[in-house]
Amino acid sequence: MAKTAKAAVKKVTKKEEAKAVSMAEANDNSMFHTLSVLVENHFGVLARVAGLFSARGFNIDSLAVGETEDSSVSRMTIVVHGDQRILAQIMKQLDKLVDVIKVVKLLPEDKIERELVLIKVTASSAKRAEVLQIVNTFRAKVVDINTQSLTVEVTGTKSKVDAMLELLRPVGIREVVRTGSIALSRKGELKAA
Amino acid sequence: MKLTGAQITIEMLKREGAPYIFGLPGGAILPTFDALYDSGLNFILVRHEQGAGHMADGYARSTGKPAVCMVTSGPGALNLVTAIATANMDSVPMVCITGQVATHLIGNDAFQEADVIGCTRPITKHSYLVKKVEDLPRIIKEAFYIASTGRPGPVLVDLPVDVTRATTDFEYPTKLSIRGYNPPMAGEPKNIELAADLIMKSKKPLLYVGGGTIASGANKELLELAEKTGIPVTTTLAGLGAFPETHAQSLRMLGMHGTVYANYSVQACDLLISVGARFDDRVTGKLDKFAPNAKIIHIDIDPASISKNVKVDCAIVGDVRTILKELNKLVKHLDLKAWNQQIADWREKHPMRFENNGSGIKSQHVIQELGKATNSNAIVTTGVGQHQMWAAQWFNFIKPRTMITSGGLGTMGYGFPAAIGAQLAHPGETVFCIDGDGSFQMTSFELATAVHYKIPVKIALLDNAYLGMVRQWQEMFYKERYSGSELGSSNPDFVKLAESFGMKGILATKKEDVRPTIDKALEHDGPVLMHFKVEKQDNVFPMVPAGQALDQVIDMA
Repeated sequence: MAKTAKAAVKKVTKKEEAKAVSMAEANDNSMFHTLSVLVENHFGVLARVAGLFSARGFNIDSLAVGETEDSSVSRMTIVVHGDQRILAQIMKQLDKLVDVIKVVKLLPEDKIERELVLIKVTASSAKRAEVLQIVNTFRAKVVDINTQSLTVEVTGTKSKVDAMLELLRPVGIREVVRTGSIALSRKGELKAA
Repeated sequence: MKLTGAQITIEMLKREGAPYIFGLPGGAILPTFDALYDSGLNFILVRHEQGAGHMADGYARSTGKPAVCMVTSGPGALNLVTAIATANMDSVPMVCITGQVATHLIGNDAFQEADVIGCTRPITKHSYLVKKVEDLPRIIKEAFYIASTGRPGPVLVDLPVDVTRATTDFEYPTKLSIRGYNPPMAGEPKNIELAADLIMKSKKPLLYVGGGTIASGANKELLELAEKTGIPVTTTLAGLGAFPETHAQSLRMLGMHGTVYANYSVQACDLLISVGARFDDRVTGKLDKFAPNAKIIHIDIDPASISKNVKVDCAIVGDVRTILKELNKLVKHLDLKAWNQQIADWREKHPMRFENNGSGIKSQHVIQELGKATNSNAIVTTGVGQHQMWAAQWFNFIKPRTMITSGGLGTMGYGFPAAIGAQLAHPGETVFCIDGDGSFQMTSFELATAVHYKIPVKIALLDNAYLGMVRQWQEMFYKERYSGSELGSSNPDFVKLAESFGMKGILATKKEDVRPTIDKALEHDGPVLMHFKVEKQDNVFPMVPAGQALDQVIDMA
């Protein structure tokens, strides 16, 4: 019995194995990737990067851009999601752009990532205490308050912000504005030169 | 010395060695055209800006050097869009100078204003809007550098008219530094060694050669590699001429309309060596069934092309010629007797052939005769469609930069203006424009340009009275519902059309007229339009239907 079972097992070719691995990776697109991109601080560069993403059908979750310590260079922090193959394409296509100086992917264990969010919630007197408790737990701040609403400012990682939003949802969220993540590498330094 | 922006532009074009400027003036580019007038630079006035773009493209493809087109703002620049996209898809070096409204009017919906940078962003390698006249020399120098290095491509320079009137001290920029642009040249030695190792271990290797090999000027190194190892060679449409099709190891073109034996070889090989090619869908057919048994080596100058469509086992990023030189040092002759025998069997069972028993004219026959009459010592440009595929199959290409065709974008109307550009680049040589009746009419008004500047292009118009390739697909996949593909009832008398521009026209309707017509055209000193009325309903075979694997190739009946 065992002998025939063994004989029936098909030999997996190297190509099939590689295909299986890549399919597993492809399914793992719940992964968000944070890219830090140094670009020339010129007119039109943001449009060029946005155009690249839209033309190639890449998904941007957020994009934040601003000047760096060198005023001729801007840094873009782009959060994308997709499998390894798409991520590789995104990075290579970005690098191709003449205005893009450097592209790195920040590793999950090596990055400091923050996002700033303003959340306007309903502020009935019944709910106000609950909101303040949540705000204190998350070390967030109340930056505005009136009879109708209360505006909370929170800074933190994506997961911290998402958690706070989840907790505030039952209270009644009226408006949310997020900046998108910005990030730096902990150990390394990304410079233009 | 103080110069205007217009004078600086012309001076920079001179210094960068612009051979010809193709274009058409207008308001926003008037100051620049004024500086051009007595500059000594060669200018070609066109009838439509798209013609200027394709002429610059044809010039660049046939020489490898960037050519220049100069047009006005708004509609002038927008008429260039298709030509720019054509050049972009096939990696052709080109510098396009477009006029623009004055800087204080930009964004105001001014007369003849268009956001040309915005419109061409996805189809240029790079583009510049010149805001200060002081930046102009550096920008033009960078434009030529970016266009012609790395993976070549079109670069657009948008010139607001007030910048061209402003003055500054002109100094030719001697240094060039673009920190975001560093095209790779030499390949990683480790990867080259790995490639050599894979080659020496293979039993059924195949060289898959694309346009990058021609762009790099690597045909000698490729020949050495093929002859040293004995590996058979197949080329893409863009790679035609990189390897002589008369060579015993040539399998001719592969892909959707390639030879059966080239396609079978791809599917059966155990090592596919891709040299300057990009695994385009016209070549691969169904991706997950492409080259199922092969390890893949990919040599390419563009890192983004590596593993874009097909995962590769060994990638060497860099200039093809530089890499092949190193690779050639490491490889030796392979014993491929069994493999070559297999390929010879396929070649015998599925030769390239066409029936020529009637009294009418077959496109394939015309193209074959064009090749024979010149011993393939000619430059060929084509439009897009059946005639283009037949030209690729039947001309017999032996030298690089002799097949000038819009492969990537597939732009109808490309052939004739491209031929004009190629002829200007090679004044003593024969240039054939093999065109279709549909494609030709898209840019036929450049007949005036060819006649005026005495550009002796020989047009072989293969008139089948249909949009041939569309009709073929409608016959095969849409139950012969010829929706919008019939041209015969509205086509002009092409000979009369040519003659109205002052060009010689010759009509041929019978098989025995073909060679005499070609000989007459070649003898004539000047441009000629040969109007061949060919078989109306003929199909291009072999064919791999879209979305099928390469081994599903349909041969001729």
